[in-house]
Amino acid sequence: MAMTITEKLLARAAGREAVSPGELIMARVDFCLGNDITAPVAIDEFEKAGFERVFAPDRIALIPDHFTPSKDIKTAGLVKQMREFSRKHGLTHYYDVGRVGVEHALLPELGLVGPGDVVVGADSHTCTYGALGAFATGVGSTDLAGAMATGEVWFRVPESLKFEFTGKPGPYVTGKDLILYTIGQIGVDGALYQAMEFTGPAIEGLSMDSRFSICNMAIEAGGKNGIIAADATTRAYVEGRFRREPFYAYSDREAQYAAHYRWRAEDIPLMVAKPHLPSNTQAAAELCGVRIDQVVIGSCTNGRLEDLRMAAEILRGHKVHKDVRLIVIPATQAVWQKAMEEGLFSVFLDAEAVVSAPTCGPCLGGHMGILAEGERALSTTNRNFVGRMGHPGSEVYLAGPYVAAASAVAGHIATPEQIGARRAA
Amino acid sequence: MSTLKGRVWTFGRDVDTDLIIAARYLNMKTPEELAAHVMEDADPEFASKVRPGDILVGKENFGCGSSREHAPMALKGAGIPVVIAKSFARIFYRNAFNTGLAILVAPEAVDGIREGDQIEVDLASGQIRNLTTGAEYQAEPLPEFMRALVAAGGCCRI
Ligand code: SF4
Repeated sequence: MAMTITEKLLARAAGREAVSPGELIMARVDFCLGNDITAPVAIDEFEKAGFERVFAPDRIALIPDHFTPSKDIKTAGLVKQMREFSRKHGLTHYYDVGRVGVEHALLPELGLVGPGDVVVGADSHTCTYGALGAFATGVGSTDLAGAMATGEVWFRVPESLKFEFTGKPGPYVTGKDLILYTIGQIGVDGALYQAMEFTGPAIEGLSMDSRFSICNMAIEAGGKNGIIAADATTRAYVEGRFRREPFYAYSDREAQYAAHYRWRAEDIPLMVAKPHLPSNTQAAAELCGVRIDQVVIGSCTNGRLEDLRMAAEILRGHKVHKDVRLIVIPATQAVWQKAMEEGLFSVFLDAEAVVSAPTCGPCLGGHMGILAEGERALSTTNRNFVGRMGHPGSEVYLAGPYVAAASAVAGHIATPEQIGARRAA
Repeated sequence: MSTLKGRVWTFGRDVDTDLIIAARYLNMKTPEELAAHVMEDADPEFASKVRPGDILVGKENFGCGSSREHAPMALKGAGIPVVIAKSFARIFYRNAFNTGLAILVAPEAVDGIREGDQIEVDLASGQIRNLTTGAEYQAEPLPEFMRALVAAGGCCRI
């Protein structure tokens, strides 16, 4: 039977020859995770249910990244609960301040998740790992409690949607622009309950970091998972890093898709999502002049090394506009260290930006750059819902790192070209 | 037990989990604490106006966004027994049942119910009656195991 990559990975995890969309299956979980918001609730549920042990102490990551380093007393209590649970159950993968990073950047970087895995995380952006050719999806705390205890979780096998990008993206166009474009086309529930499979020459030409940005935002279209089949780029990333045996799966030629979208990458401009939905997209060049108070470069969407390099490329020799605050947040300690060694911090500091320790921070309005009423931010994060970064009367625009850096310099939304940068396609 | 009667509060499409419970309150995790801030960024007065037994009616894609189980917990903590919508976001759907909040998919009912209407909901059959207008609607019935979850008050309480 012809299957998509998503169906193949779910069939394998269910110990079956084949599965088809709509079926309910019980699947073995290769890895699961929770953060400082969701894990404490999961631990409460785990204990209330009377579970005594976890299914595998080396297959669970508890990552206090959202409010880290703890922003207040209540948060410190949540992290303490995670720390104590991790100690009690001998969890291998608990990462505290000094080692922690934004979960969806950290887990792939440490080689904890990889091709062929079935991963559940009590965080909606768990879908990020689909970029490695894994099936990864977000669940709630109760599902995480069950997965931690049994190593299993139920799924309804999703239908798959195929997103094919032909050609080659234009100058400064990254994975973030492709995914914002996609969400703009299909809407925030355009892939509800479905698997989003990204293929085509333009995807094959993207770096891993850009692919992570794409799969990261599958949830913003309602998708159950985003997935990109492994290729040479994936293998190069995984080799010497992934701690288990990778399993490479590919969609069959005759596999069934609920829909097939085909777009020319060269037609896709630098994109921005306007408040208050990620689907409210428009070309960045058309929004030039929208004044901003703050720019955030970071998060599980765009806080990786390549993103910081892109931002530095634009910022070099410029100053951040006097009315703008630029906050740069490397997603992990390793990203932080490499960015420092490469001299990117000098560029940021010369431009008068601030560089934070790895944290989710302002992405979810946690700390490290909260917006006041009436303020407007442009951010490389993934959500621009009402109040996402602070006061319900504030606004968030979403974009990739090039537009973010150019806008920080201009003081309003701008493309690199609009501040004088030039680059051949 | 499976029949619920209550006053309706209506919301639009794409009600996200940041609206249901803003991230600034996620340093808390009991239904009571969270209920004090439920739907705050949609309507700052909501928590003081809502009464136990009231019912929420939303449009498409209710509960989109994050995986925070705090969202159904906050609604339940405010005494809301059921949410009716045209469609629900996937993770919210799972979380609602896992925490014992009933949810029903009923597009016609959503179109026919206004804020302030009194409605009666039979969870077992999926029947919804608008006591204010007399109209009746049929929701997609809940699978048996999900009704059991709701009756038990959530997954880990069975
Ligand atoms: S960076 Fe933002 S979107 Fe990503 S896990 Fe943290 S809070 Fe969630």
